[in-house]
Amino acid sequence: MTKSNTRTTFDWADPMLFNEQLTEEERLIQDTARDFSQDKLMPRVLEANRNEVFDREIMNEFGKFGFLGSTIPEKYGGVGASYVSYGLIAREVERVDSGYRSAMSVQSSLVMHPIYAYGSEEQRTKYLPKLASAEWIGCFGLTEPDAGSDPGGMKTRAKSVTVD
Amino acid sequence: MWITNSPIADVFVVWAKTDDGIIRGFILDKGMKGLSAPKIEGKLALRASITGEIVMDEVFVSEEQLMPNVQGLKGPFGCLNSARYGISWGALGAAESCWMQARQYTLDRIQFGRPLAANQLIQKKLADMQTEITLGLSAALQVGRLFDDGRLAPESISLIKRNNCGKALEIARLARDMHGGNGISDEFHVIRHVMNLETVNTYEGTHDVHALILGRAQTGIQAFC
Repeated sequence: MTKSNTRTTFDWADPMLFNEQLTEEERLIQDTARDFSQDKLMPRVLEANRNEVFDREIMNEFGKFGFLGSTIPEKYGGVGASYVSYGLIAREVERVDSGYRSAMSVQSSLVMHPIYAYGSEEQRTKYLPKLASAEWIGCFGLTEPDAGSDPGGMKTRAKSVTVD
Repeated sequence: MWITNSPIADVFVVWAKTDDGIIRGFILDKGMKGLSAPKIEGKLALRASITGEIVMDEVFVSEEQLMPNVQGLKGPFGCLNSARYGISWGALGAAESCWMQARQYTLDRIQFGRPLAANQLIQKKLADMQTEITLGLSAALQVGRLFDDGRLAPESISLIKRNNCGKALEIARLARDMHGGNGISDEFHVIRHVMNLETVNTYEGTHDVHALILGRAQTGIQAFC
């Protein structure tokens, strides 16, 4: 039998009760990411954007809060979070600025993810913990001046050579 | 080209074609001979993050730097799936910020003796923002649940990356408009989100290219070659 909806009030800021659909752990990660973004990132962004400056220290802070490679297992320096949690972190960081979220996304999805998914055990052990803590910063080279939407048209070549 | 973080990077995950024409992934380290990463100047978007090039001039790469467990475009696409998924959430965060600020600004700003928010044109814009953000979040959450469940097809990521970024950009532009002249001042933040979202709508698969992915999925015909 359908329950009566007559006394239900509308939450204009959360019409579909999104927050109630999250697990307790996801809500905790969301709150942590929101507090961090508003307290630490928001005060910096105006000057950073005005002067075109990226503060390297932000990566260390992301690392400290477990936001770099959050879906990677703890064994390699991640926190083994769900992809929903990863999305929630991205949303909170980008509430402040897309540039800060981009810096986090690249390290997590484009650098740590391939090393974890495609790398050897030696490569995982060597790189992932230092990328998770931001001791090292990573980047991802795919786009070329003449290969954007068509990455298969890349010109970069790895030619085999004989070493004496 | 357009490589986020490259000028300050210690580690470079680079994709290249080997002698057999197959795409393989390599991990390069800062300081290798022939490897450099100049900064790209003059960006009018994502100014709070650093972007550069990766220049490789006869860089010698050893066998240990090759990632052994993937071949072909599915390597970089696997990374992009994960990144695009995150972007589809992130763009909504920027959109929410614009929505909340536009709501507060139009409630506070008095013109003709009453708040701007008393105008039907303003309320219509606020309703559109609320609706698109709410639907976008519901979709992102469902896609995230499928991702965690191992049942996510890349086309679903194309759908939310494309729609959430496109809608976020529209919302940011509306919020800029609702701020009137103040909307172009960085102190009100919405113009920064507009500029940023111009990039977010384009990078990691443009709005149009994701449309072609979805078009192919339902017609069986690839419109890009």
